Amino acid sequence: MRFERRADVSPVALVLAPFAAILVALGLCSVLIAAAGVSPLTAYAEMLRGAYSSRLAVTETLTRASPLILTGLAAAVAFRAQLWNIGGEGQFYIGALVAAGLGHSLLAGFPVPVAIALLMAASMVAGGLLLAGPAFLRLRFGVDEVVTTLLLNFIVILFVGLMVEGPMKDPMAFGWPQSVPVEGDLRLPDLVARSRLHVGLLVALAAVAVVWVVQMRTVFGAETRAAGLNPRAAAFAGVPLGRTLMLVAGLSGGLAGLAGAIEVLGPTGYVTTNMSPGFGYAGIVVAMLAALHPAGVVAAAVFVATVFVGADAMSRATGVPSFIADVIMSVSLLAMLTALLFTTYRVRR
Amino acid sequence: MTTPSRPVLGLNRITKRFAGLTANDAVTLHLDKGEILALLGENGAGKTTLMNILFGHYTADEGEVIVNGAVLPSGQPRAAIKAGVGMVHQHFTLAANLTVLENIIIGSEPLWRLDSRRAEARARIADIADRFGLPVNPDARVGDLSVGERQRVEIVKALYREAQILILDEPTAVLARQEAERLFATLRGMTAGGLSFIFISHKLHEVMAASDRVVVLRGGKVVAERKTAATNPAELAELMVGRQVARPSRAAHPTGKPVVEAKGLSVDERGKRELDAVEFQVCEGEILGIVGVSGNGQAILGRALSGLARPSAGSLTLQGTDISLLTPRELIRLGLGRIPEDRHAEGMVGELAVWENAVLERLHEPTFSRRGFVRRSAARAFAAELIGRFDIRGATPETRTRLLSGGNMQKLILGRNLAARPRFLLANQPTRGLDEGAIAAVHAELLAAREQGAAILLITEDLDEATALSDRIQAIVKGRLSRPIPSIRADARTLGLMMAGVWEAHDAV
Repeated sequence: MRFERRADVSPVALVLAPFAAILVALGLCSVLIAAAGVSPLTAYAEMLRGAYSSRLAVTETLTRASPLILTGLAAAVAFRAQLWNIGGEGQFYIGALVAAGLGHSLLAGFPVPVAIALLMAASMVAGGLLLAGPAFLRLRFGVDEVVTTLLLNFIVILFVGLMVEGPMKDPMAFGWPQSVPVEGDLRLPDLVARSRLHVGLLVALAAVAVVWVVQMRTVFGAETRAAGLNPRAAAFAGVPLGRTLMLVAGLSGGLAGLAGAIEVLGPTGYVTTNMSPGFGYAGIVVAMLAALHPAGVVAAAVFVATVFVGADAMSRATGVPSFIADVIMSVSLLAMLTALLFTTYRVRR
Repeated sequence: MTTPSRPVLGLNRITKRFAGLTANDAVTLHLDKGEILALLGENGAGKTTLMNILFGHYTADEGEVIVNGAVLPSGQPRAAIKAGVGMVHQHFTLAANLTVLENIIIGSEPLWRLDSRRAEARARIADIADRFGLPVNPDARVGDLSVGERQRVEIVKALYREAQILILDEPTAVLARQEAERLFATLRGMTAGGLSFIFISHKLHEVMAASDRVVVLRGGKVVAERKTAATNPAELAELMVGRQVARPSRAAHPTGKPVVEAKGLSVDERGKRELDAVEFQVCEGEILGIVGVSGNGQAILGRALSGLARPSAGSLTLQGTDISLLTPRELIRLGLGRIPEDRHAEGMVGELAVWENAVLERLHEPTFSRRGFVRRSAARAFAAELIGRFDIRGATPETRTRLLSGGNMQKLILGRNLAARPRFLLANQPTRGLDEGAIAAVHAELLAAREQGAAILLITEDLDEATALSDRIQAIVKGRLSRPIPSIRADARTLGLMMAGVWEAHDAV
């Protein structure tokens, strides 16, 4: 058996790849569910019910999808430029921390929409700067950004812990390590009454549209794609590789930071060290399932959110541990990487 | 000295199709014992596909491979190796961080044994080296070897696996002329030991010099078979291309004022002086040829003129203003065209569409962008114009650039540069790896640009190309440039001396 490179990648195959990957992942995970003594079909039905059976469930799934869209977009933007940003989690937290810190009282006097926009911008800058460091180290000294961005996640989360136990600690929280909440009128308005779904979803969708236009229509997007696909040829053609990489780092880190901001300004209102169920890491899965395409990111984020929200409900109904959500997600990623291999190569006997 | 006896290898009506394209169409050929068979054809004629089928990398759709009278199971390289077929790839498949010995025994040694038989292997390698005149140092790290030495290791590796039939895919593509001659002399010696060879080539002179018999492949079919002694380069060229091709020749043409001038230009890299105080001057309507044996500083000279390497001393001026420290983008803006040495690695982004590559250098010009947005229709129209004007075959503006053949890719690079009417054009190895038809097209375009007054610096290893195109020629040796000589005085002997670094005799010019 051999792999033979296909002359050209069919766009249909590329669209079908994530669906095939997800089916394979669900198939493999049903073995684990069966081992837990539950019929896989029942379990998956419970998951779907948990994620979509009621108005509340749907809004909860979309609430969960909102930051995932942004972290997924952050990973997709970086990966396209061959910048391996594994630090979405840290950038998410730094964005959240900045939004909570500034949103507490510093922006009094500004009109509310302006203040919210400023908070989001500040979170984006923070996230962007956090990734700019590793990007610069790679450019200047060739330091592998996979290592630096990954390790920064732990440093940032420890720093968040330091802040919420110390200077930012809410004295009214009965000793819980959480920050002082942001001003009530700086919270993002609800999108659906009596739910947690907030305007952050629209912010995320707008970010998708902006990134799509930038990638496909602008000079910066064209140069970024060229630099990602063949850096030597791009440099020869006059694309400033260093500057492009730094801008991509700013954009990618900024998007993950924005995810942190909408989470604080939306559902939670304050920062804790466990506010993210791995949004940054899940963003990598989202980006891969989306084949790095901005529009695909939305669909992939909704899928991942469905698995997470649905798994909780399924766990309550059937007793299968909700960790199955992490397993489904990880297996989907592996299946997707395999599926991408088959879109580029065919198997010959 | 070779008396063909019975065929050791036969290909019987091999057919291979790739999505809509027939790469091999009922190809039948045979190889006799002790024979050197040349497989001649242009790029894309199906030579490499055929050899990949023979070696089991690909599965043929129809037909069979027969080795020593037995049909080879298809698609199994191991079966091919067992039957005594060895392959030396165009791009070597050695691990750079392992030693020669390790590279040779890897794959033929049982995987799960700790007591590897190194001493035994060492003795066998020494024996092979001795018997066939292929000296290799078993303890050298492959990464430290020259390309010629690596190729020798590949051959020894095949012989270690007891290959009786060796297939060499474009064995001279990476070799200097002397190394190539040495290789063919070695092969000739090995035929006396009963080995048989197929070598793939599109170079007529080496086919004439080194083979016993030639099979010409065109469009996936065998179009002719000749005894080498009974044919000539002109006939082979016509058979290979399918029509008569003549490279265009240079007409006398007055040259104008100096355009680009280098004075004492030096480049240091990793603490080493790679380019040492070179001096040259290229004038309007002139082609200055830089010849030299590969690896003597051509690459760094090209990079310095492309804005990718920073000179450490000296000056490089464009009509009087210094440009030595400018970036690629600034050079392009000033009207410098650049054809890179390696069209796949530097010239084009293969995964992007033809139109995107066509405008990649000039995205910032108002013609192709407005307020940071790409003017896609203008860019597509420009690409369509290039495709028409430069006869880029098999391309639409939307075609993925990777799918173009080498020649058509080169025409796209040329077009992208020449459409802007550059004042200066750097052409670094512009026809390397191209077939005759494409070479003629590239030469015609370079001469046309010269007619229109462009100053062209041609870096080439092909002496015929240098003398045919250049008005004046300089040699590059170890990062230094000789004084120029007019190309009418550039006979083979003079150029040979210059390329060997003996140029004092010509200082009078």
